[in-house]
Amino acid sequence: MAPSGKHERDKPWIMRTYAGHSTAAASNELYRTNLAQGQTGLSVAFDLPTQTGYDPDDPLARGEVGKVGVPISHLGDMRALFEGIPLDQMNTSMTINATAAWLLSLYIAVAEDQNADRAALRGTTQNDIIKEYLSRGTHIFPPAASMRLTTDLITYTVTEVPKWNPINICSYHLQEAGATPTQELAYALVTAIGVLDAVKATGRIPESEFGNVVGRMSFFVNAGIRFVEELCKMRAFVELWDRVARERYGVTDPKQRRFRYGVQVNSLGLTEQQPENNIIRIVLEMLAVTLSKDARARAVQLPAWNEALGLPRPWDQQWSLRAQQILALETDLLEYADLFKGSKVVHAQTQHLVESAWAEVQEVLGRGGAVEAVETGYIKQKLVESNAARLRAIESGEQVVVGVNAYTEGAPSPLIENLDEAILTVDPDIEKKEIEALEQWRADRDASAVANAIAELKRVARSDENIMPASIAAAHAGVTTGEWANTLRAVWGEYRAPTGVAGATVKASRSGAAAEVVDRLRKRLGELEVRMGRRPKLLVGKPGLDGHSNGAEQIAIKARDVGFDVVYEGIRVSPEQIVASALEEGVHLIGLSILSGSHLALVPEIVERLREAGLSDIPVVVGGIIPEADTERLRREGVAAVYTPKDFELDHIMSDLIDLVDRQHAAE
Amino acid sequence: MPPSDPANDADRVRRADKAAVSRALNLVEDKRADAQDRVAALLASLKSAPKAIGGHRVGLTGPPGVGKSTLTSAVARAVRARGRTMGVVAVDPSSIVSGGSLLGDRARMSFDPSDAGLFVRSLATAGEVGGLAYAANSAVRVLAAAYDVVLIETTGVGQSEIDIVHVADTVVLVIQPGSGDVLQFLKAGIMEIPDVLVVNKADQEELARRAVADLRGALHTAQAVGVSGREDGDWETPILATSATEGTGIEELIDAVDAHRKHLEPTLKARRHRGEVQWMLDLFMRKHGEHGVSTLHGLTEIKARAERELDDGETPLSLCERLSREYVAKLCQTS
Ligand code: B12
Ligand SMILES: Nc1nc2c(ncn2[C@@H]2O[C@H](COP(=O)(O)OP(=O)(O)OP(=O)(O)O)[C@@H](O)[C@H]2O)c(=O)[nH]1
Ligand SMILES: [Mg+2]
Repeated sequence: MAPSGKHERDKPWIMRTYAGHSTAAASNELYRTNLAQGQTGLSVAFDLPTQTGYDPDDPLARGEVGKVGVPISHLGDMRALFEGIPLDQMNTSMTINATAAWLLSLYIAVAEDQNADRAALRGTTQNDIIKEYLSRGTHIFPPAASMRLTTDLITYTVTEVPKWNPINICSYHLQEAGATPTQELAYALVTAIGVLDAVKATGRIPESEFGNVVGRMSFFVNAGIRFVEELCKMRAFVELWDRVARERYGVTDPKQRRFRYGVQVNSLGLTEQQPENNIIRIVLEMLAVTLSKDARARAVQLPAWNEALGLPRPWDQQWSLRAQQILALETDLLEYADLFKGSKVVHAQTQHLVESAWAEVQEVLGRGGAVEAVETGYIKQKLVESNAARLRAIESGEQVVVGVNAYTEGAPSPLIENLDEAILTVDPDIEKKEIEALEQWRADRDASAVANAIAELKRVARSDENIMPASIAAAHAGVTTGEWANTLRAVWGEYRAPTGVAGATVKASRSGAAAEVVDRLRKRLGELEVRMGRRPKLLVGKPGLDGHSNGAEQIAIKARDVGFDVVYEGIRVSPEQIVASALEEGVHLIGLSILSGSHLALVPEIVERLREAGLSDIPVVVGGIIPEADTERLRREGVAAVYTPKDFELDHIMSDLIDLVDRQHAAE
Repeated sequence: MPPSDPANDADRVRRADKAAVSRALNLVEDKRADAQDRVAALLASLKSAPKAIGGHRVGLTGPPGVGKSTLTSAVARAVRARGRTMGVVAVDPSSIVSGGSLLGDRARMSFDPSDAGLFVRSLATAGEVGGLAYAANSAVRVLAAAYDVVLIETTGVGQSEIDIVHVADTVVLVIQPGSGDVLQFLKAGIMEIPDVLVVNKADQEELARRAVADLRGALHTAQAVGVSGREDGDWETPILATSATEGTGIEELIDAVDAHRKHLEPTLKARRHRGEVQWMLDLFMRKHGEHGVSTLHGLTEIKARAERELDDGETPLSLCERLSREYVAKLCQTS
């Protein structure tokens, strides 16, 4: 190394774009374009039915098919997805969890059809179920069964597909659900420990080879806008993981103790207001995970400037990809050794994070570990509380967000002159076409082979054998995603995760302007209760497969804190259930939260069912990612108000909700 | 939802028409003075409903997070599978600061929304001491007129579930493997012995086995120091292990609860009557406090009157109204 600290240019990190939508064929085209653009790996986004194990014709899949990702229902879809892309030369990352074992089985089956060597397959299955219960919401089975699937996949790939990263411990999603840097570190580590302990407990991996398993663990982390602290967080991760690997698992090879991670930078902080500012946030956040050579990301994917508006178009993703390319290839970043080694400031902040995170790791382990802390709702409640604190700080102006609570006036942005075209829209006919294609697939396959494969799957699920071989055989036989998942549902049951809201407390100042506003709202509700005889009761509903719970949780907590009685049932509730709950609970108001883009299918259905149940006098409001054009449509359907991310002042929303109940009462 | 018309609705409640049941529950929650007569009228007309008399009111209580709601969900499915209908009242605490509440029990229950034979209502305690909501007593009576089994879920251990003894025919206490407080309460005689004891989360096997053993011991001690003191003294409190998530032990739990109901047959009327008396006393105390009690010649006298007068026609609400009027009349005389 030269005295200046310069050295030979490092190889750039892998640049990915999280993509997939509509159909396997359409996504295949997108991937091929992206690869031609210089992208160096694939990152597959699956639609919600695929992620939660439903076929497109399942009633629960309504409005979701091909929306936020690609639908993969069977081997034929997987084949089409990678048409013309040789799997033994690809590095494919799949954001898939509850159904990870199945999607990997389909992938392996396609590779086998392509005559590719299993051992040559490279890529990642996310396969981290803990953070699904805590944040992402695509879990299916109870924790014990889920952990079994997780360990089956890991122990299978370690010997059969050795270059595969069988699991990607995700703290990314925890930050997106509100985690502070300390919490992100701690909960990622306890998740990894929970998984490794479970793998160990299978007894399938000889002691001497356990280092290999530890070495195959990889992480997927977040980087927020406080990028100096985030940079220190990455360094803390490196140090803590080394400690865990060494002390808890006795790994002696330093290579196997390396903290290997990919990143998606923060999306939660990306704003609907002045959305062009987001590209600047994205670039700054990218610095946190690239500047330290000693703690640099292996792979980076960036959200797009229009994140809070809707799905990104190819151009929007390309703009973010260019940001990565410029940093890696134009600047001199990759020519230097670690920039921060020896920095007292960085060291001190890193140590601070190491210590606070380690204390929280001990806390969770003391509570029985990650799975226990999921089941009791301990971690979930912590996240909900952190997120509430964040939102309060933005609402009060304590945390500055340019364009949101500061410098809100400005010249109009040419980027959003035509808002409805500033996002990707998915053809609503896709669902019908996918259902037809699926029916064709079912008709064309060998029914008895399918029945046998399913019977075998069921047998294995009841035993303690590895689920992978039976799943790969089922993939070849033409079994569908829904059939695979339903077979396992029948054996293991389903699980609804704790919502974390009931016990969540939010520190609020007892004096000052904010406290006065809250007091006024409470007084109004109190008066309303006296007039109505009953305390106003609000049902917060999350219909469909959408797992975005932040908004619903925060509305629920805030509503309780201003004095509503609130019924919140968690995510993935069917329209029918929401109406049944409204009826049985005798609510005065219904608030629906939908971020996955299925509002046009689900809201009218709920409104119609309410009418049928004689409940059309209950006002309905909707919140979430609702494009402007759709707002009008929803209002025409009878929705009283629509809220989107720009409505960040919860006090205003609460005031509106009280008005609505008041007006409805006056009308009766 | 339009306000309820008690006479018409009482009939529809008996037929378990969900909209009517829901309206009736809204009415009994109504705290306005002018609603009280209608509530009393509604409850009076539901009192003689065949299900109200022949049905079963089950209290499910235990510390936070032991799995009461999950268990309720599992029990509901099994009860429905046995062809019986079920109403659930799930009680959660209100925030002392805001008066609001987050009613989270429903989130843990998964039912078929089109099932006409199952009804779940969440209630907030709204600042009531004793863990039961203001309207819970009345709500149970509404549901009891409509469904074969009524289950009341409340959180608490120790003092706070005393209330539930007065509304439920059978009290089921759920505890968690590895939790010591219930044992302490039982041993120290702080807690009345429940009719059925359940160790949930039995999927955590080792812990659960130990908990069952510990409970047996504690129960023994408690009985030895004579905590029980009930008229159904010959009832042996069964101790069961369940896993609400895996669905094991649920049938046994229902059998045990049914057995207790059968065991109660000769004394049920007396037990419910005592519950009504207690409820009436609570209502009157809440309304008029010590002064009201002493004006009407003390607690013993009021209790004796309640025991006499709470017959088939009179409900605690209407008797309380009557006593209130007497109290007010006396106040006017003396001033
Ligand atoms: C955080 C986030 C996540 C987190 C969610 C964590 C959680 N538990 O909630 C994680 C990382 C898990 C996630 C995952 C996914 N996400 Co996401 N996510 C976001 C993000 C960045 C922020 C949403 C958020 O939480 N905001 C903070 C809360 C407080 O705000 P809010 O929900 O908007 O609520 C406010 C208002 O809308 C309103 N409101 C909302 N609900 C209600 C209800 C009532 C009653 C009322 C009165 C008001 C109200 O009031 C709130 C206060 O201001 C958005 C983009 C963005 N910046 O908005 C994408 C976004 C919603 N996600 C998206 C996608 C595609 C996904 C995935 C499906 C990707 C995939 N293919 O796998 C997954 C799967 C999730 C699933 N199971 O459904 C898309 C949806 C696209 C669309 N609608 O067409 C978005 C828009 C990003 C994008 N541009 O592509 N995501
Ligand atoms: N392992 C295991 N977990 C269970 C069982 N029953 C419930 N749980 C879990 O325990 C947690 C709490 O369950 P709830 O049903 O909400 O408990 P509760 O007693 O109703 O809680 P509160 O109403 O808040 O007092 C949830 O995460 C459940 O999934 C069980 O039998 N086994
Ligand atoms: Mg509960």
